[in-house]
Amino acid sequence: MAKHHIQTTINGDEVDVLCEPSQSLLDVLRDELHLTGTKEGCATGDCGACSVTIDGRLVCACLVLGVEVNGAKIETIEGMADGENLHILQSKFIEHVALQCGICTPGLLIAAKSLLEENPDPTEEEVRYGLAGNLCRCTGYQKVVEAVLDAASELRGA
Amino acid sequence: MQHGIGQPVTRTEDPRLLTGRGIYVDDITLPNQAYAVIVYSTIAHGIIKSIDTEAASAAPGVLLILTGEDAKADGLGGFGPAFMPEDVGIPVPGHRTSRPILAQGKVRHLGERVALVVAETAHQAMDAAELVEVDYETLPAVTTAVEAVKDGAPQVYDEAANNTSFALRMGNGEAVAAAFESAAHTTKVSIYNNRLTANSMEPRGSNATYDRASGETTLYVSTQNPHGVREELSGHIFHEPETKLRVIARDVGGGFGMKGGVYPEEALVVWATRKIQRPVKWTPSRTESLMSDDQGRDQTVEAELALDADGKILALRWAALNNVGAYIVGAANVPVMFSLRLAQTVYAIPEIDVGTKAVFTNVPPTTPYRGAGRPEAVYIMERLMDTAAHEMGIDPVELRRKNLIAADAMPFTTHTHYVYDSGEFDATMSQCVAAADWDGFEKRKAESEANGRWRGRGLAYYIDDTGIFNDRMELRFDPSGSVTIVAGTFSHGQGHETTYPQMVSDWLGVDADNIRFIQGDTAAVSFGRGSYASRSMIVGGSALRYAADEIIEKGKKFAAHVMEASPADIEFADGKFVVAGTDKQMSMTEVAQWAYHPAGLPPELGIGLEGVGGFAATSPSFPNGCHISEVEIDQETGKVYLDRFVAVDDMGIVMNTLLAHGQVQGGVGQGVGQALLEDLQYDPDSGQLLTGSFLDYCMPRADDLPSMEIEMNEVPCTSNPIGVKGAGEGGTVGATPAVIIAILDALRSEGVNDIPMPATPERIWQALADAKKAA
Repeated sequence: MAKHHIQTTINGDEVDVLCEPSQSLLDVLRDELHLTGTKEGCATGDCGACSVTIDGRLVCACLVLGVEVNGAKIETIEGMADGENLHILQSKFIEHVALQCGICTPGLLIAAKSLLEENPDPTEEEVRYGLAGNLCRCTGYQKVVEAVLDAASELRGA
Repeated sequence: MQHGIGQPVTRTEDPRLLTGRGIYVDDITLPNQAYAVIVYSTIAHGIIKSIDTEAASAAPGVLLILTGEDAKADGLGGFGPAFMPEDVGIPVPGHRTSRPILAQGKVRHLGERVALVVAETAHQAMDAAELVEVDYETLPAVTTAVEAVKDGAPQVYDEAANNTSFALRMGNGEAVAAAFESAAHTTKVSIYNNRLTANSMEPRGSNATYDRASGETTLYVSTQNPHGVREELSGHIFHEPETKLRVIARDVGGGFGMKGGVYPEEALVVWATRKIQRPVKWTPSRTESLMSDDQGRDQTVEAELALDADGKILALRWAALNNVGAYIVGAANVPVMFSLRLAQTVYAIPEIDVGTKAVFTNVPPTTPYRGAGRPEAVYIMERLMDTAAHEMGIDPVELRRKNLIAADAMPFTTHTHYVYDSGEFDATMSQCVAAADWDGFEKRKAESEANGRWRGRGLAYYIDDTGIFNDRMELRFDPSGSVTIVAGTFSHGQGHETTYPQMVSDWLGVDADNIRFIQGDTAAVSFGRGSYASRSMIVGGSALRYAADEIIEKGKKFAAHVMEASPADIEFADGKFVVAGTDKQMSMTEVAQWAYHPAGLPPELGIGLEGVGGFAATSPSFPNGCHISEVEIDQETGKVYLDRFVAVDDMGIVMNTLLAHGQVQGGVGQGVGQALLEDLQYDPDSGQLLTGSFLDYCMPRADDLPSMEIEMNEVPCTSNPIGVKGAGEGGTVGATPAVIIAILDALRSEGVNDIPMPATPERIWQALADAKKAA
């Protein structure tokens, strides 16, 4: 089957990629572009491990076809830090130890960033609902919620 | 010391993991790799009449197809149990099974591996797998232990009558019967501890590559126990020396016991890469994980408690059935045996009589899942205590207080020959009761009721036995004076990369930045047993202590030589070797550098500075704690809202409070999952899996859990040199009964006295309807 030529912007870089019509955006990121920070946890949109943003909108990369992102701007975990300077959410995840095995963490960070962009001053309940699309099996979510609330507070202060 | 023991140090592994630089098994791509897909059995029980691979072989990109007949022809073996009761000194014969890597002649559960397809791309392999035609003669299936032991039930093995592999019983039946005769009060509960799955967010997965030049195969795998995988594959499947196989586990995305063993797919990719001489990668879908991962719990039990008029326990009696599924593999007998061994939990019980049967059915095998037998034992005991308290009109805290083993009774020998070395059960419970604002409950209950919600609270006291098997740790200095920890344990989320260096930094006075950590590669770690059953800090941490001691002893000799003193005059403290009574001293780093001096060292000192430590606990350690939960239940919908959760845990000496609290919180999350959400369901007639995705197998999400309050009561363990008790499982063990008991407390006023797990809104609604009908 003929491959499709996709032009997209990923983490600020213009990217040309050839992909099969059946490949999900997740497959394209991981298998074609070797951006393996975005993880597959279920491939059915239930776990959020593959969270990325497309033109600022939070999506599960497993539910989007690669061919759909032509001309779009995509942000993944690899673009979250500014060089060696971690995003405040990443720093707060370290400070609060908001991860254990770490496989769900990239998705949680992308979802949390998206949440704070929409709602810079969330309550604990709003954070819990906002992150309910991201499964984490290790942490019981508590330190994740604490880290996100702490990051929100710091971002508002800045 | 800022980075020393007990400090809330943040994790070394985190910057890598949260920038997307972690390397999990599916992130590993090898040059020219091919892709494996498994053809799984679509039925629960049947005879394989034929497998037609012709169309699949002709499909685009297909490189290799293998079936059970090929495995037989190549002389490959199967996976058996790590031990049966008779192997550990219990004179009870049992039916021993061997799980083939690909089914031969018969399939015994849905998801059993039937064929392997390898192709150029994953999609080609999937398409070709669809073309493999397996002709089955379907046999009747049995999925529950209760049905399987009945006469006339479908037989999973002809040799195991009533599908029973073995029956175990502990305690004194006669004395218990007499105690029940004379008891002022007896309490009875029937429990089904439901079937669960670990659902680590990273599925299993593997990637194997054969090197023609060396004849060595390297297997990358998501496991908790790399050396165990090598030992099983080499010893039982390929019948070859372990030197032929190198096993590497990089970052592993959770395991919870499920990745503690070895799986057919790991043998299949090794076998396949040797056949096609290209790397072969296998990555399962979530549905394949739900179908093919080893599963957990599944115990049915009838339990009774006899008490005197004052509420003192006289005897405990229970009889259980453990549904072990279609094969007894790996550590499958751990949950079966540990539920018995922990039966009396934290109570001074004069007599016990407990037993279970390991029962075969046509569902996947059960192996340890976070807790492994301890959640079963504690759930039984706490449900009995709560029911007895309610029936006798005794406050549940008071009833426990009357029966808890006293701190001054330690060491305490149980009826199952465990020796509890330490524990302040009463004090820990009191601390939890205070932290939970026990006395403020009635006010909160009234507020809830005003809002159309029932409120209930549940207290559970758990104990766990942790620290199984021995293990080995190494410390190696290099000529620059940095030190490397070579760990036999295997961190897959627990944070060993942080805590072990914390300890070594404390003991040896080396800056944590100069401590490197290696694990998970059989070529770099000479031996190890991995991480499971809350063992690493006890066994690995203690072994590390002994390795550090060896470093200090050897270091004294080097220091004595360099400073021209007698080794007996060298003292080590705060990272310095000092000639006693003088100001002559050398740092650990200087001594390590000297140990690599190119000339002039006495030959008896050898070259370099390294230490090896081994530790085997003569007795397990017994972490324990009290959990109190409060729930609200919507009177209209039956939905449970977990409102408050307080835990006070005794994990002995805590190495890092941040990480220890994380273990409790995560453990509680899984315990709550069982109580409220999670359930593996099989159709009882066909044995088909009904919960094959995250839509059906309901996982705890951020909005299902409250912020918990965690406290510690650190009572040092006396059976290991560093005073620690296991940290990984207690949260799960305690949380499940604490939540279910709270739900029952909330619903008792409505006439509900029992609720199955998980307590879904539908089940609560049904229980309320049934109670109303009965009233």
